[in-house]
Amino acid sequence: MSETLLCFKNVSKSYYGNTVLSDICFEVSAGEIHALIGENGAGKSTLMNILFGMSVIHSTGGYEGDVIIDGKKTFIKTPFEALDAGVGMVHQEFMLIPGFTITENIKLNREITTPNIASRVLGKRLETLDMVKMDADARKALDTLSMDIEEFTLVEGLPVGHKQFIEIAREIDKTGIKILVFDEPTAVLTESEAQNLLAAMRRLAQTGIGILFISHRLDEIIDVADRVTVLRDGQLVKTMNTKDTDVVEIAQLMIGREVTITPVQTDAKKISDEVMLSVKDLHVGMPGEMVRGIDLEVRRGEIVGIGGLAGQGKLGIANGIMGTYPSTGEVVFNGNPLALNDPRATLASGIAFVSEDRKGVGLLLNESIELNIAFTAMQVNGHFLSSLAGWNLRNDREIRENAERMIKDLDIRCSSSLQSTGSLSGGNQQKVCVARALTQKPQFLFVSEPTRGIDIGAKKLILDLLLRLSEEYGMTIVMTSSELAELRSICNRIVIICDGRVEGILPPDASDAEFGLMMSGSRGLTKNADLEPVH
Amino acid sequence: MMTDANNMLDAKNAHELNKNSGLKAIGSWALEYIVTIIFVLFVLLGFAVSKDVSLNYFFSELNSRVFRNAFLVLSLIIPVLAGLGLNFGIVIGAMSGQTAVAIARYYGLGGVSALLLCSVMSFFFAGLCGYFTGKLYNKTRGQEMIASLIVGYFANGIYQFLFLFVVGVIIKVPATHPMIKPDGIGIRMTVDLMPVNKGGLKYALDNVYKIPFMHALLILALAILLVLAIRYWQNIRRGHAHKNRPMTFAFNILMCLVIAGISAHAIITKSSLMMIPKVPVVTGLLIIGLCFFTEWIMKTKLGQDFRSVGQSQHIAEVSGINVDRTRIIATMISTILASWGQLIYLQNMGTLNTYNAHTQIGLFSVAALLVGGASTSRASIKNALFGTILFNAMFIMSPEIGKSLFGQPALGEYFRTFMVYGVIGLALGLYVWKANKKNKIVIE
Repeated sequence: MSETLLCFKNVSKSYYGNTVLSDICFEVSAGEIHALIGENGAGKSTLMNILFGMSVIHSTGGYEGDVIIDGKKTFIKTPFEALDAGVGMVHQEFMLIPGFTITENIKLNREITTPNIASRVLGKRLETLDMVKMDADARKALDTLSMDIEEFTLVEGLPVGHKQFIEIAREIDKTGIKILVFDEPTAVLTESEAQNLLAAMRRLAQTGIGILFISHRLDEIIDVADRVTVLRDGQLVKTMNTKDTDVVEIAQLMIGREVTITPVQTDAKKISDEVMLSVKDLHVGMPGEMVRGIDLEVRRGEIVGIGGLAGQGKLGIANGIMGTYPSTGEVVFNGNPLALNDPRATLASGIAFVSEDRKGVGLLLNESIELNIAFTAMQVNGHFLSSLAGWNLRNDREIRENAERMIKDLDIRCSSSLQSTGSLSGGNQQKVCVARALTQKPQFLFVSEPTRGIDIGAKKLILDLLLRLSEEYGMTIVMTSSELAELRSICNRIVIICDGRVEGILPPDASDAEFGLMMSGSRGLTKNADLEPVH
Repeated sequence: MMTDANNMLDAKNAHELNKNSGLKAIGSWALEYIVTIIFVLFVLLGFAVSKDVSLNYFFSELNSRVFRNAFLVLSLIIPVLAGLGLNFGIVIGAMSGQTAVAIARYYGLGGVSALLLCSVMSFFFAGLCGYFTGKLYNKTRGQEMIASLIVGYFANGIYQFLFLFVVGVIIKVPATHPMIKPDGIGIRMTVDLMPVNKGGLKYALDNVYKIPFMHALLILALAILLVLAIRYWQNIRRGHAHKNRPMTFAFNILMCLVIAGISAHAIITKSSLMMIPKVPVVTGLLIIGLCFFTEWIMKTKLGQDFRSVGQSQHIAEVSGINVDRTRIIATMISTILASWGQLIYLQNMGTLNTYNAHTQIGLFSVAALLVGGASTSRASIKNALFGTILFNAMFIMSPEIGKSLFGQPALGEYFRTFMVYGVIGLALGLYVWKANKKNKIVIE
């Protein structure tokens, strides 16, 4: 391969003392498609934020190491400087204006104008648009991608695949683009659209553009990339030629063995054969986390983990059953059918929920800890109320007692039970959420992303707490998490969700490769018989 | 009613293309233009129930009202396109215009030259006010409409302070001046602007040149015919043949020919339609000029930025457009145009209703634009002109309906108010409803 276009040299970054990238070194050559792969939180987005000079990097103290673009050491401070340096990005969420034509979108804020009388007096902004030239340019960019759609079509109502191509057309229409970053471009595409996109990427690479391809679809990486770099926990694990590797190895490297939290499986608890919750053909309309037909059975006393990559629908399951997003399907709880889309009924039936959206759904941020803890039990179960002449009044004494017990039990660090939850740290907020769920005295608990945004010490505490609930009180728990390691540390079995469906169910001690392949939905790519899921 | 019919034709085309969803298409079209449809029906009802409204009376009333108000309504288009919603803040422009007129009247200036001076003065007043209003809109993002309504009331307070107190107490004025209150403090409730031939401002613009209504109609119909043909031809020449809609084009041409035919017939036979008062040519040209200006500015880089910002502030921002500045410019243009619109309005009215003339301008202009089929995010020249005509037709007809249905013209007055606020409420409600429908979560 020829000259190096982009080179990361010893790039490190930490947020508030928390290292998220350390010593990253790799390069992208001209005409190369370089794949970047890693689990959520492996540091891919931080790396891209550095490359594009996003303000989140500079407002948190910049980064260490060098980014070398086209042989020149470059320090990019804003996304516009990135553009000037010849780095373009095809966004995962489209930056397209629906009411504009394709041409107008491709030329957004880069319109070709011709001067007129008014503009000579009052400035460049009054120059007339030259639609003919703009159309011609747009046509050229579309032709490069062999798209035969008319450039004057409105973007609104176009299929997703087309929108993706328009994004790309906009990037290649920018003059002097050298490096193009594709951030999970195929995540929203159908299979045939994805094939077209990969073909287009190859054509672009042939013109001498260096492509950085972020994806979690292993088959695509093997298919299209020249080299692949694997990131894990902010470290660069390995850069390999795709010729010399296969999906199993990449999957293995991607997951790795997490050492921070050791599995603490005990045989003390008893899992009965009784099915406590059975889900049939569940569909949930949660934007970005669509569930497209899931069957699942949870036995009494079990801890079931739900894993999978972001955006695949794992978060939608708990939200759908709890009624925070519209859902269809058949859910039977304790032998009784459960009404969907009715959060109150679900809560009243003895299911509690610790939401992944702590600040949005989980807490009343301006209210006190004690009220937050008592809130659901008070609203749904009618606890903490005293009746006075037909009026239900809040029983503050009971609320306080309960809160103080919870604060002690769960070790919530706060000045008093009257402190507002908005001023607590993430870990303590999470504990308040758990306390609220426990106050409901549920038989069944949904916990979503319990350790998101929490430091490692608090993480361990939360996980231990869940384990204790299961072992001491026999509570049945379904835990959804992006962090496979924590699922493996406490769950009895782990359901992997891919593309809104159950991809497979694994025991916590299954191999890294099995998890990796299943999460990226590329199980079918290996003929290895012993990699079949174990039920 | 041309626009309306066009839209109907478009809906019909869609119907032919997709027969399955045909009914649905008509349904959604009807919903889109529900406000317009209600108004058309209302006016038709007026003609049906009231026997003593002659076509002559109707047209002469409509004539003067449309020329008076069209400019103000047109000044609302740019903020809508720039995503600021309906700019009730044009009352601030109107106040700027009135301040300029009051100054001219105080010094006894008159004629076209005085009006020109007024327009220069109000350009600066309104420009400055527009700048600050724009700043306010940037601070109240997402709530621009309510902010514009409230800032209008706030500005009214300042205006009253200025005209009732500052004039006389801080700026000494002679109590003998005809526009000053007898006690020497503040400006009178109504100030006569004096006819133009007596050195005043009344009809200063309208009386420059006038031609009979039917002549104007004939010329207008032929001009529109010409513009349509040129546009059609240009689209083909530039390879944009897809923008041409043959059915709509044919219908428009037909309408123009019919109107031209009727006018020509009336002119030749000197029928009673020739009795309709003459139309002010210069005012008309200014309105047409504003139409062209709006069209032109939307074809410049600035106009494209308006549209980008209007469609998505976020995407415009990340594409490097200075969103705040663009929104301020849009507000300034709108406020300045409104101040000039108010000048046209005042010279036609002939009296300055010092403390009332501007108060209703915002609501009425917004209602007129909505009646024309615009929404808080979409407006065109067609909407503005058609809306002005239809809204004022409602204004003329509602006392007549009140008279013939209930025997009381005063009831018609209530109708008016009801329709104005109803229209705004309905349009805002529909907008939110549509937005919610669009964002509805679907289960796959």
